Amino acid sequence: MSNYTLTVNGQTCPVEAASDTPLLWVLRDHLNLVGTKYGCGVGQCGACTVHLNGVPTRSCLTPVSTVGRMQVTTIEGLAPDGSHPLQKAWCELDVAQCGYCQAGQIMTAAALLTHNPQPSDKDIDDAMAGNLCRCATYLRIRQGIHHAAGLAPTKKEAAQ
Amino acid sequence: MNAHPPQPVDRRSFLILSALAGGGLVLGFYLKSTGSLSAAEILKGPAPSDSFVPNAFIRIAPNGVVTLISKQPEIGQGIKTSLPMVIAEQLEVNWRDVVIQQGDLNPIYGSQGAGGSTSTPTNYEPFHKLGATARTMLVEAAAQTWQVPADECHAEACAVHHRSSSRKLGYGELAAKASTLPVPDEKTVRLKDPKDYKLLGTRISGVDNPKIVTGQPLFGIDTKLPGMLYAVYEKCPAFGGKAVSANLEAIKALPGVKDAFIIEGTANLTGLMPGVAIVGNSTWSVFSARRQLKVVWDEGKVGDTSWDKFVALARELSGKPGAHVLRKDGDVDAAFAAAAKVVTAEYIYPFISHTNLEPQNCTAHFQDGAFEIWAPSQNPGSGQDLVSRTLGVPKEKITVHLTRSGGGFGRRLSNDYMVEAAAIAQKVPVPVKLTWTREDDLRHDHYRPGGLHFLKGAVDANGRITAWKNNFFSFGNGAQAGSGGSLNSDEFPGRWIPHYLAEQTTFETGWPMGPWRAPGSCVFAWVMHSFIDELAHAAGRDPLEVRLELLGDRDMVPGTGVRAQPYNVARMKGVLKLVAEKADWGRKKFAKGQGQGIAFHFSHRGYVAQVAEVTVTPEGQLKVDRVVCVCDVGAQIVNLSGAENQVEGSVVDGLGTLMFQELNIDRGRVVQSNFHDYPMLRMPDAPAKIETHFLKTDYPTTGLGEPAIPPIAPAVCNAIFAATGKRVRQFPLSRSDLRWS
Repeated sequence: MSNYTLTVNGQTCPVEAASDTPLLWVLRDHLNLVGTKYGCGVGQCGACTVHLNGVPTRSCLTPVSTVGRMQVTTIEGLAPDGSHPLQKAWCELDVAQCGYCQAGQIMTAAALLTHNPQPSDKDIDDAMAGNLCRCATYLRIRQGIHHAAGLAPTKKEAAQ
Repeated sequence: MNAHPPQPVDRRSFLILSALAGGGLVLGFYLKSTGSLSAAEILKGPAPSDSFVPNAFIRIAPNGVVTLISKQPEIGQGIKTSLPMVIAEQLEVNWRDVVIQQGDLNPIYGSQGAGGSTSTPTNYEPFHKLGATARTMLVEAAAQTWQVPADECHAEACAVHHRSSSRKLGYGELAAKASTLPVPDEKTVRLKDPKDYKLLGTRISGVDNPKIVTGQPLFGIDTKLPGMLYAVYEKCPAFGGKAVSANLEAIKALPGVKDAFIIEGTANLTGLMPGVAIVGNSTWSVFSARRQLKVVWDEGKVGDTSWDKFVALARELSGKPGAHVLRKDGDVDAAFAAAAKVVTAEYIYPFISHTNLEPQNCTAHFQDGAFEIWAPSQNPGSGQDLVSRTLGVPKEKITVHLTRSGGGFGRRLSNDYMVEAAAIAQKVPVPVKLTWTREDDLRHDHYRPGGLHFLKGAVDANGRITAWKNNFFSFGNGAQAGSGGSLNSDEFPGRWIPHYLAEQTTFETGWPMGPWRAPGSCVFAWVMHSFIDELAHAAGRDPLEVRLELLGDRDMVPGTGVRAQPYNVARMKGVLKLVAEKADWGRKKFAKGQGQGIAFHFSHRGYVAQVAEVTVTPEGQLKVDRVVCVCDVGAQIVNLSGAENQVEGSVVDGLGTLMFQELNIDRGRVVQSNFHDYPMLRMPDAPAKIETHFLKTDYPTTGLGEPAIPPIAPAVCNAIFAATGKRVRQFPLSRSDLRWS
């Protein structure tokens, strides 16, 4: 067992864990942040997606020992009051069915919108291809991302 | 599958219950017996004791907060939103002011199984009455308070109004008074005219969405209790194998591991299978320890079985009569001899898994001879039975909390993971959460059985289908085919073709099988509607015209045989004609490599027709450009958003099984292990567009979890044929060469 100090959702979190423990299980079992989901453990489904310094990352394949000082953002930290345009769009369009994959979908989509605020269908398909939705809400996810792109303040508005 | 129709409460039971409830009032449409229930049990929960509790599903607090209980397991089908909407409509409350609470397993709620698309049809009418009865009592309370006739008062937006005197009393203000009133006979309670509905038929966002998008704990796997330990459970890779011995002492010495032991288990393939449990202080500690686990298994005889061997055997036997005749009408051989054209074909589909994205899991605590269980189950009552039966603990001592499920699809109608968690918890002094790995989930599912259909069909000189023979090979255990592996003697087009023979041979496997979303229908519709298409093209006729002719002029075709089910031809023709119209069937021109296909199916009380439009590139890449879907599920759509979501999900789910899913079973064990070798459909392969239409008819409102699945695979395959001239007779599509030039 080793000691680590993680920065999760802006907070400093001391953790004692085996060095090979995936960040996923540190978040879920040690830090009680269960919004990040276990789906496959091999980086195939995307349910465990978090941001490391803003980059969407599979937390199931990220040993805690490699996180270091990187900023970890989970679904709980995206906008705790649910005010992120994607969270609002997901509620307005009723995207989820079972909802299990949606934290991972939203985290991947949030990174997409950061780099590409007005993505095309093709951009969305490419960015989201690593995230499985077993209920197959893909059409609503696509629509939700477009909707959120419309909801997001434009650069000009944000600057004002 | 599981749901029994709700039992109306008799007056005597009701009176007993009312008396038990003391000052409060309880009305149960769902009570089978009330002997074991106490007022405290009915009223437990957050409601203050002076709340108006007219039945087990409604609580109105003096401060006006309206709490509605959702009794059904929420598995992504949206029932936690839609059934409370029905109560809210009749109760005349503002949806935004209502609090929805998940009910735990409790006999006062009646049946709590979510399967077979039955939650809506079995609860829809009673839930209207629940809301209307409470509303009637609130109106009466106001009328008595004002000393005016009740028919001068009306309920609206959480209040009763007396229009002529402009008086108004909120439901909270009326709660105490309403609690003292007798419950009216449900037969005298006035239900709203559907034209006055404000909520039903609108788009309502799921009640858990705010929690889902902010990552709050909701699912079974999110359960965490003080002092809880974590467990994994290793079963024999070959189905049904027994654990003889394991390196338990070495495992117990590993970091974070608290205990390791063998569970002897039972022979029930969907119950407590034998295995080795490892219990530790975190999920990762037990996952890690498991990598060091060495078990000596007794695999029994299942190691001799394999899919490839069964397929070879089926092909060898296909020329001989099947083991059982399911249906025999007329004389197929004479009809084949007299036919203008005869077509033969073999259709084959593999075993597939449910792959709920939330792997199976359950948390259990055993204390003082009693269990407390938190489970993502579609069928918690049968889980309670299984735990009781297997572990010898009376049902009364097993509390089951219902969590949200990360997908159902029929998998969680079985409760093997619940009884495993309970068996482990019996040996641990604290609560324990069992989590299956993805590999466990894929390798110890209760699979949809594969199948082979050897078909022969005939058309006469007028292009009419005159004869149909299906020699079907299926898979099962004992004398029984697995769930969805029995062809119904009434399966379409049986009953419609004058010379018809259906036979079935079922192979004994030793493999676990269970219901997969729209059991049977999810593959039979593909076989039947692909072959109808083959016959239509053999006759040189339009596939829609042939289908309409086949359905014929009768409005109703009575059911026959064991599972006699009448078939409403008028409803089917209604959806078929409408889908053709919406999709411009026969009026659109397509370039080579593009085309339309059509199919329909009746299952789970729903009549559904679909048209798919596809593009197949010369390199053989398929893209589904558009799907038009028309559903007749009766008079009323409950939640339009949820209903459309179910249809869209069904279409894409059905497409995913067609395109990608395939399990191979060799030496009695599953070859695949995770999503890298068991691919699922991803966003780029989802259709560009799905158009859903609901054809409303004057029939009871029914469910949408399943009926939109069956037609998509044949609609797409028929479109592929129209586009390329290539007939797909094998799942998954990745096995077919669709290249053209």
